[in-house]
Amino acid sequence: MIAIIDYGMGNLRSVQKGFEKVGFEAVVTADPRVVLEAERIVLPGVGAFRDCMQNLEQAGFVEPILKVIADGRPFLGICVGMQLLLTDSVEFGLYKGLNIIPGHVLRFPDGMEECGEKLKVPHMGWNQLAIRRPAPIFKGVEDGANVYFVHSYYEMPDDESAVAATSTYGLEFCAALWKDNIVATQFHPEKSQEVGLKILKNFGEMS
Amino acid sequence: MLTKRIIPCLDVTGGRVVKGVQFLELRDAGDPVEIAERYDQEGADELTFLDITASSDGRDTMVDVVRKTAERVFMPLTVGGGIRVVEDIRRMLNAGADKVSINTAAVFNPDFVREAAERFGSQCTVVAIDARRVPGENRWEVYTHGGRKPTGIDVVEWAARMESFGAGEILLTSMDCDGTKDGYDIALTRAIVDAVNIPVIASGGVGTLEHLYDGFTKAGASACLAASIFHFRQHTVQEAKEYLREKGVSVRL
Repeated sequence: MIAIIDYGMGNLRSVQKGFEKVGFEAVVTADPRVVLEAERIVLPGVGAFRDCMQNLEQAGFVEPILKVIADGRPFLGICVGMQLLLTDSVEFGLYKGLNIIPGHVLRFPDGMEECGEKLKVPHMGWNQLAIRRPAPIFKGVEDGANVYFVHSYYEMPDDESAVAATSTYGLEFCAALWKDNIVATQFHPEKSQEVGLKILKNFGEMS
Repeated sequence: MLTKRIIPCLDVTGGRVVKGVQFLELRDAGDPVEIAERYDQEGADELTFLDITASSDGRDTMVDVVRKTAERVFMPLTVGGGIRVVEDIRRMLNAGADKVSINTAAVFNPDFVREAAERFGSQCTVVAIDARRVPGENRWEVYTHGGRKPTGIDVVEWAARMESFGAGEILLTSMDCDGTKDGYDIALTRAIVDAVNIPVIASGGVGTLEHLYDGFTKAGASACLAASIFHFRQHTVQEAKEYLREKGVSVRL
């Protein structure tokens, strides 16, 4: 069973329906005990890094998440759920994350340009993945596949060997992480149509 | 490279998709969930539902439409129309929407936009602006209540203010052009694109594929919204994208 962590941040129903569509049972839970028992867990996240981290702490999810990861069970972070794995973020100040993967979350700089066109922030829409390593979630996903992003902050881990894919928006940033049993995406697989559903299916099958 | 987005817009009332001309003369265009599925298969980049009744009964129907759609299509969904309080946003997000668009309520209470952005994030806070050109002048005025009431507010200033309040995107509808099939208001859209640093969705007036091309290239929009050219099968989303790619616009196919 897949447990989707409900800590008051974001649209969890789409993630759940996405897993169901590809044949996996997924529960949305606000109970840390359910997370401790789960076979695999998903940490979604929209909104501000600071609020996500505070809610995670207040709801008592930090220890269970660390335990599940330490046990080697599959973990998927989505969007801010990926950023939370890092050391800190500069969103609305400097806030500490889970520090499971050392690195920093930064804001896209103002005034970026691409092909003579001013780039808007947030980075919102479909962009291409440059797959660097054959992470289990990318089984059957083509290099250059389009996935849906919506974010104003990006990250690049200190140790680039944790990067599974990048994408480019004014600068190259980490679009997906893969380290042992941890996978995470800056984009939204649950909003990325066929490609996204394939990624969810791959996570459901990941050992 | 970030691709340009094509967003079919479904105006919904009483659980049906309808399409009017300059907000009047409604024609029935079908079942919203079925239409959403068709656009999903054709490769639409997002979908927008606008609740054009926005009565309290209408909102319950809308929540149901969003819920059913989100069970079947896995792409970004925006819902607008009658979003007035935080609870309206929460209901739509819980039903499966990714973004809400706020229009009239933003004008009457700009802090609502700030509250929405702080609570749910800028990424899900779209401010919809209905604009009409001030006759004989090169400026535009914000209208509310589905385009019926003038506010005296300048559109360019308003868009910049909404950005500073935390809006993550602007959905800009030209009421002069809406339903005319004569093309977007390029001057209006360009003025807003240049005035803000957040994405702008062009809306109102698409009649041909060339109008989409103009929206992206001349006006610089991040996304183009269209209704009737897709609803009445004048073109599929796929055809629109093939045309745009042929002309050098970066789209997802």
